[in-house]
Amino acid sequence: MVNKRAILLLSLVAVIVIFPLAFYNGKGEEQGYFGGTDDQGPQYIESTGYTPWFHSLWEPPSGEIESLLFAVQAAIGAIIIGFVFGYYTGQSKERKRKLESNEKID
Amino acid sequence: MHIAEGFLPWQWCLFWYIVALPVIAYGIIQIKRVTDEHPESKPLLAVSGAFIFILSSLKLPSVTGSCSHPTGTGLGAVLFGPAAVSVLAAIVLVFQALLLAHGGITTLGANDFSMGIVGPFAAWLIWKGARKIGWSSSLAIFIAAVMGDWLTYVTTAVQLSLAFPIPTFEAAFVKFIAIYAYTQVPLAIAEGILTVVVFEYIMKLRPDILVKLGVIKSEDPEIVKARTEAV
Repeated sequence: MVNKRAILLLSLVAVIVIFPLAFYNGKGEEQGYFGGTDDQGPQYIESTGYTPWFHSLWEPPSGEIESLLFAVQAAIGAIIIGFVFGYYTGQSKERKRKLESNEKID
Repeated sequence: MHIAEGFLPWQWCLFWYIVALPVIAYGIIQIKRVTDEHPESKPLLAVSGAFIFILSSLKLPSVTGSCSHPTGTGLGAVLFGPAAVSVLAAIVLVFQALLLAHGGITTLGANDFSMGIVGPFAAWLIWKGARKIGWSSSLAIFIAAVMGDWLTYVTTAVQLSLAFPIPTFEAAFVKFIAIYAYTQVPLAIAEGILTVVVFEYIMKLRPDILVKLGVIKSEDPEIVKARTEAV
């Protein structure tokens, strides 16, 4: 059974995410686009003359390693949600099957 | 909303730790209580944490031309209450601070205050209020998740303006709101929609747990309908 409503809602999310990419198509980091707000905050603070008094204990040595770790983070979350929802779906199918076979006996 | 390592004066780091720690401690007690009382809610607690893991790792482009990430805390706040989410958010923030150099250990208290306390608390309040005036669960959780996400970023802007009132608090606030809050609007809406999708699945598959957790009352027509469909 396909959940049409879920697909429609997820498509809407896709539109929200894709729209800025299409809107600023051709512009990139060099033109100051698609940088992270989490970086802009510190940049502004440093421009006021503040120097951070503590540095990260460990930093991913490159952008590749950083994206690896972000992907791992998302994967951990996705596998848990997939497992639980799959388990719940199986449970609900089994309940339905039992109910149907009980009805046949009656 | 991650305030980077070392980017708050130590007095503020300490202050936000002192504010956040009691809530986290209370959250741990609350999680223990709810999982003891209703062991069958454990998978949903895992889903709430996992949802935060996924959403806070996705840096999405926004119409303002910068990227930011959702928080994913609205779902857990509605299911388990804001204190429990402060614990889940702390786990994610520690992971990101140690492995990704994203956020930091010194700013953990401040970041948990915005993402794990203010956002979820707002989401929880909005959910309760919207349900009280009779909004459907989907609409209520949508607004709750959107506002929880957005207010997290507003809180970050307030925290930074308090720490760096240059030249004044108001001027700094205008600057930080421009960095954080506008970019976040479409992303908060995206988070709201994703939260609705996940919540509707839970509603369809295990409405019984939602009743046990007190998220929805057992006599609610939506639950009665979901129960007859789920068998």
